[in-house]
Amino acid sequence: MPTLKDALISALGEDLKEYTLQRPSDVSAFIVPRMSFRAAAKVMLAQGARLAAEWATDDAAFKKGFSVHAAYNLDGEFLIVSAEMPEGGPSFPSITKKYLAAYRFERQIWSLFGILPEGHPDMRPWIKHEDWPADIYPLRKSFDGKTYIPKAAGTYVWVRAEGEGVYEIPVGPVHAGIIEPGHFRFQAVGEDIINMEARLGYTHKGIEKRFEQMDWASAARLAGRVSGDTSVGHATAYAEAVESASGTIVGLRAQYLRAILLERERMANHLGDIGAICNDAAFTFMLYQMSILREKMLRTNAALFGHRLTFDCVMPGGVSSDITREGKETIKAELSGIEAEFDKLVRIYEDNPSLEDRVYSTGILTPPDAKAFGVVGFVARASGVANDARILRPTDAYRKVPPIPPLLTSGDVHARAWVRIVEVRDSIRIIRMMLDEMPEGELSVEFTPPAPGACGFSAVEGWRGEIIYWVQAGPQGEINRCMVRDPSSVNWIAIEQAIKGNIVPDFPLCNKSFNQSYSGNDL
Amino acid sequence: MTTTLYSIIVEFVQIAVVLLAGPALAGWVRMLKCRMQGRTSAGVLQPYRDIMKLFVKDVVLAENASWIFRFTPYLVFGATVMAGAIIPVISTVLPSAPAADIIALVAIFAMARFFTALAGMDAGTAFGGMGSSREMTVATLAEPAMLMSVFTVSLVSGSTSLSQMAQVVTTNPLMLRPSLAFALLAFILIAVAETGRIPVDNPATHLELTMLHEAMTLEYSGRHLALIEWAKMIKLFLYAALGVALFFPWGIAGATPLWMLPAAVFYLAVKMAIVGAVIVLIETPLAKMRIFRVTEFLGMAFLFATIGMLSYFMLE
Repeated sequence: MPTLKDALISALGEDLKEYTLQRPSDVSAFIVPRMSFRAAAKVMLAQGARLAAEWATDDAAFKKGFSVHAAYNLDGEFLIVSAEMPEGGPSFPSITKKYLAAYRFERQIWSLFGILPEGHPDMRPWIKHEDWPADIYPLRKSFDGKTYIPKAAGTYVWVRAEGEGVYEIPVGPVHAGIIEPGHFRFQAVGEDIINMEARLGYTHKGIEKRFEQMDWASAARLAGRVSGDTSVGHATAYAEAVESASGTIVGLRAQYLRAILLERERMANHLGDIGAICNDAAFTFMLYQMSILREKMLRTNAALFGHRLTFDCVMPGGVSSDITREGKETIKAELSGIEAEFDKLVRIYEDNPSLEDRVYSTGILTPPDAKAFGVVGFVARASGVANDARILRPTDAYRKVPPIPPLLTSGDVHARAWVRIVEVRDSIRIIRMMLDEMPEGELSVEFTPPAPGACGFSAVEGWRGEIIYWVQAGPQGEINRCMVRDPSSVNWIAIEQAIKGNIVPDFPLCNKSFNQSYSGNDL
Repeated sequence: MTTTLYSIIVEFVQIAVVLLAGPALAGWVRMLKCRMQGRTSAGVLQPYRDIMKLFVKDVVLAENASWIFRFTPYLVFGATVMAGAIIPVISTVLPSAPAADIIALVAIFAMARFFTALAGMDAGTAFGGMGSSREMTVATLAEPAMLMSVFTVSLVSGSTSLSQMAQVVTTNPLMLRPSLAFALLAFILIAVAETGRIPVDNPATHLELTMLHEAMTLEYSGRHLALIEWAKMIKLFLYAALGVALFFPWGIAGATPLWMLPAAVFYLAVKMAIVGAVIVLIETPLAKMRIFRVTEFLGMAFLFATIGMLSYFMLE
């Protein structure tokens, strides 16, 4: 079964050192010599593995220099390859030319850690904007988050297109609507887009740095606020990573409750998105109808779980709120109402030719591109990439009630909308079955902090896609590093590919069909 | 002599009606739309409140905006009110009617559009230029189609004077004219494009990149924006009134008797209420079309107008 592990061992042999403190047991971690980091990527690529995340750590607490880590995934197997670097002038061989997904990960490592990815084609800063002094690296342990830093002046060099009739449209970061900030730079000829470059980082808050100052239990609240619409997804991913690091086994009832909350979050967000996609094609009717359905869910959430967006329901060791017998009935009644209404609305969506004309063949992300960028979530499933963390790494609850994710190959706006429609229906089925089958049991078990040096890993299917957390305990058992990889970190770049060849006024529609998180990406 | 005095009074009444009814029609359309989407609405009076709010706000000007930018709102508003003075909205007895016919009307709207497009480019933002370019693309196709459509009506009435056209249609015995049916179809398509309604443009969007008309006026604020918004509402009302005057003029006031005037205002209100409902029925089930489909859409309008003209010669 462990294809990647075997391939790595046979290719690199003695150079490998297994990192034994990595948990859970089915995720193996190897330390390779620094110069073999790219060779390892080549082995993984040959196996057809996907680069799930790439990040760095400052090992000052262990009296060492820096490390860079890359998590690869093939089917159900996750494998972490790490390389250690000295304290002065750290660098590692870039794997961007092997894996396109590494492009922004490595720019981020360079910007926030000052670790040089050798051979990276684009060394412009990412997330850390030019008003930061270039030689300050906020994620290094030597940087105190409380220090005042003077504002530096600098300019960001954009990719330029030149030629007759080529003009540039800068959009954002402040938009006419109330949405998150991001800057998009279009190069267009007439209305045809020849290139679009996104620039994010406007909501950079230093979340990863903040994690390192918190204790394991209270950091769950921070994880739940990484991206407000994915509170359960992030809190669950954090909790699972921490539990794996400390060897905590969560009860089955708590797992069921987490899965139900995850599916409710998926449903509520998909409902909102389907309406919003139609609204961007000026089909306002759908937005308001879908908003009503979403609102119903949020009100049920407030009544049953004490928060409309179910903040702080998931914590390391279990969950904080239960579903009573009456609660079950409330949810079932709510689901039946939503299901009937939803079916009618989907029929309207299907039968409207003017809407059809907008959503079909707009913003196509081709399956080869989707695979090359390693996209996740509904974006992947709309472009022929069957990636779903609920199936790759199922919890016991999802093993008992397996999801049936859709798979479309057209990769256009309609495909991304349709994947959401099918998932809403599937979530309704999952929630109903889980409510029926949910066993009695403890809501939470006592959570013991991880041992010094222990690392935990988790991949959880949030509504946008696979959320990855990797945590590392320091020498005193504190949080030494908490790596957050929101699905947006890999999916954002895919929009730049999907938009090429489309016309400028179709961008909002394409963007809405992706609907990636700014906050989750910028951290 | 009495006719002249009467016609001047009529003119003033009409301008007052145009100024006040513009926001009312916009409010009515918004209210019906809200209801159609299952929402509660802010009421018919909301556009008045919006305009009043904008009038008391400060104007923020782009640093490199020239006099064109500051002058345009007044010109657009003035031109629109002037158009309101020559369209037979409540009466065919208008002192300005002999001076300005349908060609002048199209020219007045074109002038307002020309300055709006200039102002869009004046502030130097990417959106303004983009909006101006799109608006002009639509205009080059809409204007000839508009002329073709109204010429069909003038063939029937034998005049390009709007008052004359309305009068001929009211006084002639009611008969089914295929030419007018085609001209009406063409006119509706053009009116949708010219007034920036769905499926051509979305008047309620906040998405800068998809805007046609709004993109040009994004930089406006305060009283400038109030005038532009007000003019836009009046323009919608005028297109509705023009369509009504050309194709359904029954009930419009003539020279005599005098009591026709209040009756005409009443009929107008009823007709506008129906037009508003029709707009909502057209807009609600439609998504906005891709921008390059607008050319096909207006091409179709031109085709309808041409068929209308041909059928006049062949059938009537």
